[in-house]
Amino acid sequence: MVANQRMLSCEQVWREISNYVDGDVDAALRSSMDEHIRTCTRCASVLAGARNVVQLYADERMLDVPAGFSQRLEKRLARNATGSGTRWSSWSAWLVPVAAVVLIAGGVLLTNSLTHGRFIRSYHAEPGNRIPADLVVVVSDGSKIFHVPGCPFIHDKASERTMSAKEAMQDGYVPCTRCLRQYLKTGLSGHSAAEVAEGANAEAADEPEEFVSTAGH
Amino acid sequence: MSEPSIALNNSEQAVTREQDLISSVQRGQHELFYELVRPYERRVYAAALAILRNEHDAEDAAQEAMLKAFANIRQFRAEARFSTWLIQITVNQALMRRRRERIVPMEGLDDRREEESEYAPRDFADWREIPSEALERKEVRQRLAEALATLDRKYREVFVLRDMEQLNIQETAEALGISVASVKTRLLRARLMLRDLLAAGWEQGWFSRLPFEKGNKPW
Repeated sequence: MVANQRMLSCEQVWREISNYVDGDVDAALRSSMDEHIRTCTRCASVLAGARNVVQLYADERMLDVPAGFSQRLEKRLARNATGSGTRWSSWSAWLVPVAAVVLIAGGVLLTNSLTHGRFIRSYHAEPGNRIPADLVVVVSDGSKIFHVPGCPFIHDKASERTMSAKEAMQDGYVPCTRCLRQYLKTGLSGHSAAEVAEGANAEAADEPEEFVSTAGH
Repeated sequence: MSEPSIALNNSEQAVTREQDLISSVQRGQHELFYELVRPYERRVYAAALAILRNEHDAEDAAQEAMLKAFANIRQFRAEARFSTWLIQITVNQALMRRRRERIVPMEGLDDRREEESEYAPRDFADWREIPSEALERKEVRQRLAEALATLDRKYREVFVLRDMEQLNIQETAEALGISVASVKTRLLRARLMLRDLLAAGWEQGWFSRLPFEKGNKPW
């Protein structure tokens, strides 16, 4: 009844047995092998054994891991990759320099916007660069500010001393923002010290002494 | 009759869940990565162990492979099976490590012998099927693992990737950098050698203390 099929040797069957188990043989070869195995107990045993091996080792239970494997894996992933706070995978590492540049540029812009056109320091720290070095000025105890003689903002008039503007600045005094305003911001010139003092007097009438003026800004 | 369709639905749900997890991790939900790879951690370890043969090295390589998969998750494309992608990364990682540390010497001569020698299966007239229930016993699992460990490296690697990791022939060939024909030859030899070892073990009573169960007689 199998006269029309070529007879396979046992060796031929063994050579194909793995492909047979995988269903990776063509129909003609399969039927020849089936025919051989049906009548050959040795080849039947080889096939059964190969199938058994494939079935047993494919079982999930064969995949043993050492005790604590999962916990150690999860911990390492959290530490080196997926955990919150400390993850910098390759694709996000470029964000670090970008963020730095943004912060620096933002800081510079912010500083510029704060300082452009107005002062963030007190007028009292204004350097008296444009004040004539030989201008006679008055200083007194209890303050590091120098004034034109007669300025109403002189503290402790009893301790008044006169010196040149150059000396005052060398000693660390800064110009009074009222009576020396002409040299600082307004750039007024041609006024005598007395006129300036008068202007300062008029201004003093509507400003308390302690008030650090920001008028006009 | 309804069982297969339930099983199918479950596996379909699992696939959908996995795809959701992959896109979430790709979009930046990094904390979901472990949930994504957890079902495969045992397979990843087994693949590394097949190549490195040392538990400590295998565990470290498995962890490195997972980290690498995480770092490259955006390159994963849905056409591939995620498990296969993960196993291939693991095999790569383990092979690189073995080359770097020269854990196993080259086997040049052995490779040439492989296709020439003819295999003759040992004759075991009383071969019986080992029921998969036997795997409940740690002793049986250990026997099977020991039998596998006696195989030459080239047979063991192919067998583990194909029959334990469930890669197909082509994927196994790509992962190991060998030809499809070599995979088939080595797989055949590995399966038949294991069959012989297990049949011998059967004769020696490895599986003799199997529990008696209804409808499942071990003889």
